[in-house]
Amino acid sequence: MTSLHEPSELAALRFPEPRAEGCPFDPPPAYRQPAGRVTLWDGTPCWVLTDYRHVRAVLSDRRFSADVRHPGFPFLSPGRRELVGEQPSFLRLDDPEHQRLRRMMTGDFLVKRIEQLRPRIQRIVDEALDAMVAKGQPADLVTDFAFPVPSLVICELLGVPYDDHEYFQELSRRLLDSTAGPAAVSEALDGLTDYMAGLAASKQGEPDGIVARLAARDDLTPEEVAANAVLLLLAGHETTANMTSLSALALLQHPDQLARLRAEPELIPGAVEELLRYLTIVHAGLPRVALEDVEFDDGLRIGAGEGVFVMLGAANRDEELFASGDQLDVGRDARRHLAFGFGVHQCLGQPLARVELQVALATLLRRLPGLRLTVPFEEVRFRSSALIYGLHELPVAW
Amino acid sequence: MHVTVDQDRCCSSGQCVLTAPTVFDQSDEDGVVLLLQADPAPALHSQLRTAAALCPGGAITLTEADR
Repeated sequence: MTSLHEPSELAALRFPEPRAEGCPFDPPPAYRQPAGRVTLWDGTPCWVLTDYRHVRAVLSDRRFSADVRHPGFPFLSPGRRELVGEQPSFLRLDDPEHQRLRRMMTGDFLVKRIEQLRPRIQRIVDEALDAMVAKGQPADLVTDFAFPVPSLVICELLGVPYDDHEYFQELSRRLLDSTAGPAAVSEALDGLTDYMAGLAASKQGEPDGIVARLAARDDLTPEEVAANAVLLLLAGHETTANMTSLSALALLQHPDQLARLRAEPELIPGAVEELLRYLTIVHAGLPRVALEDVEFDDGLRIGAGEGVFVMLGAANRDEELFASGDQLDVGRDARRHLAFGFGVHQCLGQPLARVELQVALATLLRRLPGLRLTVPFEEVRFRSSALIYGLHELPVAW
Repeated sequence: MHVTVDQDRCCSSGQCVLTAPTVFDQSDEDGVVLLLQADPAPALHSQLRTAAALCPGGAITLTEADR
């Protein structure tokens, strides 16, 4: 155990860390240690914070920056450090610049606007399930259902041709692979950026879609349009896709919870919050750097220029907030989870993610009452080294 | 209970609208919080406390009138 006030032992922070044997839904034990100092791969000392209060405090405190260009910003790998030289999206900027850019896109993700999309999302879900069922059993829930649904939705919103999905999904996968070196990260990001810049240029003067609208603004450079549109495309499909397949697997592994959800479908919205908490797919830790000395209520001090990784998965199992936090309980009020992050950078697309997950899971459970794994649970392959956790495939029958 | 909102701190997460839809709205243009009523009935107070706790930007301030 490391004392908060005298952090003495410098251990290394690695990603990915192994999860406990047989517990692929639980955060790696190494990420559930009390707050402490660690060293990174490049020898930089850095803080790792794991309890709910610290994580929430860091993410909502403007003295902690998300801008990778600040000295001391911590990087998980040499590949991640490659992002320093790239045009930042709003995710990697602080206010007021962050707010200026983000507010150009928030209007598209209003709760009421996404609610209006619910029937369209339902149709996309129904059609994906129809196609999967028509193809026959067994099916791979990841490629036949979990990826197509959010990809189709975000493509419609952005105005990106879905026919290009194999191309941008492959680049996304490479970009989000933590083992990718600097050259691979650069190449994947450049590929996505060039793709989006070309699309934006071709959409000049078109009325529909977020990309066309951003491209039409005279207060954005083409580089800013491309960087922010790439972020929306990535965040719009990788996250919900992985949450959908992991949620299906988690429910199949918890038959009592699955049965309850089938019997009480009105629990679906709350169950989605609980699955977001329980699975916390942003599992690598969010990086920040302190811009000035910060002292927390409990005496923890972080110095100006020191890096911090906050571990969302560990915070979402904090027993102070979530009793029996290691249990999946679809009846729990989990709304205070940090799966979407916290503070000004909290997920922009969360209203969309919620509705997609609610519709996808409700429809899956209703239409395929016999849904089951066709391989032993131990053989399911998890995307451990991806920055967004998920499954490589999920073979199912029904 | 009195409610105030700080639009500059708002990051348009929509948590308040989901939690207390009769008290909060989002502007059509950029999703910035709009206050529909500043002194909601006691029946809404529990929703309001949840909304304030969930707000990622710390944009919602509640003042307990009796304290």
